[in-house]
Amino acid sequence: MVVNSVHWFRKGLRLHDNPALQEALNGAETVRCVYILDPWFAGSANVGVNRWRFLLESLEDLDTSLRKLNSRLFVVRGQPTDVFPRLFKEWNVTRLTFEYDSEPYGKERDAAIIKMAQEYGVETAVRNTHTLYNPDRIIEMNNHSPPLTFKRFQAIVNRLELPRKPLPTISQEQMARCQTKISENHDERYGVPSLEELGFKTHGDSSHVWKGGETEALERLNKHLDRKAWVANFERPRITAQSLFASPTGLSPYLRFGCLSCRVFYYNLWELYMKLRRSSSPPLSLFGQLLWREFFYTAGTNNPNFDHMEGNPICVQIPWDHNPEALAKWAEGRTGFPWIDAIMTQLRQEGWIHHLARHAVACFLTRGDLWISWESGMKVFEELLLDADWSVNAGSWMWLSCSAFFQQFFHCYCPVGFGRRTDPSGDYIRRYIPKLKDYPNRYIYEPWNAPESVQKAANCIVGVDYPKPMINHAESSRLNIERMKQVYQQLSHYRGLSLLASVPTIQEEAEPPMSDDSQASSSTAGQASTPTSSPHQPTPAPSTSPNSEPFTPNSSPTAAFPGAHSQRKRGRPSGPPKPTEFKSQAHQPSQRI
Amino acid sequence: MKRRLSREREDSPSSCEGPTDSCKRVRQPTEDSGDLPPDWARLPQEILLHIFQFLPLLDRAFASQVCRGWNEAFHMPELWRCFEFELNQPASSYLKATHPDLIKQIIKRHSNHLQYVSFKVDSSTESAEAACDILSQLVNCSLKTLGLISTARPSFMELPKSHFISALTVVFVNSKSLSSLKIDDTPVDDPSLKVLVANNSDTLKLLKMSSCPHVSPAGILCVADQCHGLRELALNYHLLSDELLLALSSEKHVHLEHLRIDVVSENPGQQFHTIKKSSWDAMVRHSPKFNLVMYFFLYEDEFGPFFRDEIPVTHLYFGRSVSKEVLGRVGMNCPRLVELVVCANGLRPLDEELIRIAERCQHLSAIGLGECEVSCSAFVEFVKMCGRRLSQLSIMEEVLIPDHKYSLDEIHWEVSKHLGRVWFPDMMPTW
Repeated sequence: MVVNSVHWFRKGLRLHDNPALQEALNGAETVRCVYILDPWFAGSANVGVNRWRFLLESLEDLDTSLRKLNSRLFVVRGQPTDVFPRLFKEWNVTRLTFEYDSEPYGKERDAAIIKMAQEYGVETAVRNTHTLYNPDRIIEMNNHSPPLTFKRFQAIVNRLELPRKPLPTISQEQMARCQTKISENHDERYGVPSLEELGFKTHGDSSHVWKGGETEALERLNKHLDRKAWVANFERPRITAQSLFASPTGLSPYLRFGCLSCRVFYYNLWELYMKLRRSSSPPLSLFGQLLWREFFYTAGTNNPNFDHMEGNPICVQIPWDHNPEALAKWAEGRTGFPWIDAIMTQLRQEGWIHHLARHAVACFLTRGDLWISWESGMKVFEELLLDADWSVNAGSWMWLSCSAFFQQFFHCYCPVGFGRRTDPSGDYIRRYIPKLKDYPNRYIYEPWNAPESVQKAANCIVGVDYPKPMINHAESSRLNIERMKQVYQQLSHYRGLSLLASVPTIQEEAEPPMSDDSQASSSTAGQASTPTSSPHQPTPAPSTSPNSEPFTPNSSPTAAFPGAHSQRKRGRPSGPPKPTEFKSQAHQPSQRI
Repeated sequence: MKRRLSREREDSPSSCEGPTDSCKRVRQPTEDSGDLPPDWARLPQEILLHIFQFLPLLDRAFASQVCRGWNEAFHMPELWRCFEFELNQPASSYLKATHPDLIKQIIKRHSNHLQYVSFKVDSSTESAEAACDILSQLVNCSLKTLGLISTARPSFMELPKSHFISALTVVFVNSKSLSSLKIDDTPVDDPSLKVLVANNSDTLKLLKMSSCPHVSPAGILCVADQCHGLRELALNYHLLSDELLLALSSEKHVHLEHLRIDVVSENPGQQFHTIKKSSWDAMVRHSPKFNLVMYFFLYEDEFGPFFRDEIPVTHLYFGRSVSKEVLGRVGMNCPRLVELVVCANGLRPLDEELIRIAERCQHLSAIGLGECEVSCSAFVEFVKMCGRRLSQLSIMEEVLIPDHKYSLDEIHWEVSKHLGRVWFPDMMPTW
């Protein structure tokens, strides 16, 4: 039986550690690697030019690597549901392989394709390699619901088998056994598109910071490990002014697109740690970055409304303000707060910002200052941030806006103070807001407080050359902490005076993990929760069932102060029509990359 | 739809209260109840009322369309004692609003039933105006509770002051038995407070008016002088005075339960007045159990007048950066402290300050630290000293600095041991 394989790249843009691709090659006579792209929708998809560029560079890199193996990448224009029937026929496809996509949208799309493939007599092989673990397994081990605290997540992961070891890269020998028929006009039909073809006008400046592709990813990995070895320190690094700038060893965009296998990263870290520390097993904190990613993938995999507030069982319903003008100022770096504006400028120009910078701008937009919905911020990040993907982006925004995961909301990042403490030199501001470069350190974070003489000397008058601050931070934070408290107290029915007690604790953290497993007794098992504990904090609404709302509405009429019990809004259509800008059903963009 | 109820409407001379009680229980003893399907129309009024109280408003409204009897139950006064008007514009809020027709109906049929009312408005001026319109029409109302709540930006402040005041005054004059009033972030002023006092001084128990810039210390003093039943008060620091505290501690005054003060900086370098220790002492003598909640939103160098003397604060929140020195003073001067929440501090370890707080604040049961630094050893020491009285311990992970004694991985064991429960620091995603 002749096997003609097609490997479908979506994420996982690499030849190393790619079991699905290996499966395509296995006993096949012909193999074609495809990427499906619809230029028609490139403009309307919420994807900015930096992300497109990164993707196209990654595809070019794949194409180059495949050329060395006597093959090519086929970039097919169109939508999968239209493209595949055509390709199945044209190429006599008998096997389709791809990497598993755990996101709800991905699962739905793939289910449809698998069904279609069956109808065409095409066998499908799917392999899970975008995440270290299988999200469904974690959910199963947590009483069939995704862990909602990071500590709980770590406790579960601690009990799992280690992630599967990564596979080596595709070799010449493997490819030699399969052929790829390349036509003369391959470049025309199936070449990687340019940014212009997608409708972007590039101004010829190719000095961008993050170069896409597997080759670059692996080089960076080596540099990253070298640097860790040199520092000989695996503690979480304290943030310095330097950390704010793009690092030549940063890996997050490469993990997001799959140019770098997360397992390769994982095991390389492991080996380095063992070599340097001569220890038996590394602590979970070593893999912090990777595990946060896993956490959000797991939290989102069964929740199609994960990226919304409404209809999302884990999201607190907060009465965010709707203010497009304010949102635009934030998104475009015109808030009048240099720290915030510099961060948003770096984000727009380069596509990456440090995680503490993300906290700062996310807090400013939502619960800290502007009181605008996290969904709006999430969409801006989706457009601009190279390493944003559906699960991690939505999850992080919910976390940072204290909309989910039982976060305390008291700590607010001051748009002046936090910046100043992070980078007292002000160099970061000067780099991304050149207009302010002549301001002295004393005033560069709050130029509106500088005396006129200083402003004149710096050749930058606030209100003329640089915007005035769009809000009064003290007043906004005062208001907003009250709002958050109101929301949480209504949810948790807490009537006391403690700010901290307004946020209910979650049962899962206090409960012991599933009984039988004994905890590893080594000194590095600090992350696992101990089996002997009793819930200490009051947990008002003891609902632990997975997809129900964690807080039950109080419908008793005896509430001391009239609660909203008489008008519960969830899922009840009534009153004036909803605003049309943000649709409540899961928005299905026509193009996801 | 109005269905005729053939079996009902028999006269019953029993204790019914007029036209609303037409759907009375009528049992026909000759019928065998086992054969008949349940007749919902016979459900006794009081049971119907009880059930309706559990239904959200919309469901109740649907139920009221079923038959005349249920429609009448829907309009029983008991169901209209509490109401929350939600006023939102699609352009400024994602939330739905109370339907305008419903609002009209309430004003027409139920305004004299309303007793516990709140208005939730979004950031648009229209919503605040709508709230005022409704307020102005509540002429037949004798409210016990009124709350004006802005869920986002304070839109009441954007109304013309006179418009707001006249609407509010309608309620003050007509209610005469207001017990709880929440008017934070509104343009209420001294004269309107006088009206409030003139009509409700015997009944007022709770007054929340943080961030009401048009009120002066004299205005609030008038309230304290006349409303001797006042138990809960929330206001901004600029309204606080020695006289106010003394008025609240006068013999005629009931025990104060809870005083909330917001200290907010309008301009950098603002000077704040001081309150004498003797005034605080008088408060404590008069109301030994009262809670003093203070929220600070100041620049670091504006704390000069604060915490120089002993102050009976119980719940303290620093919403911006607060200096090490001030935290040291807090340790020295706040013996009644129950909860301390620090948003941020400079990057110098707070080891000594925390230990002192553990020593001297024997009632401390909740602490939250944001952008601060504490060495792991000092932190363990702190927890050891406080022991199990710490029911809330919310420490951001970055706060804890590992030292020769403890690493980050080890610290949560130690702390959990001393707390008697599993504890982890608060985490933030790093991606």
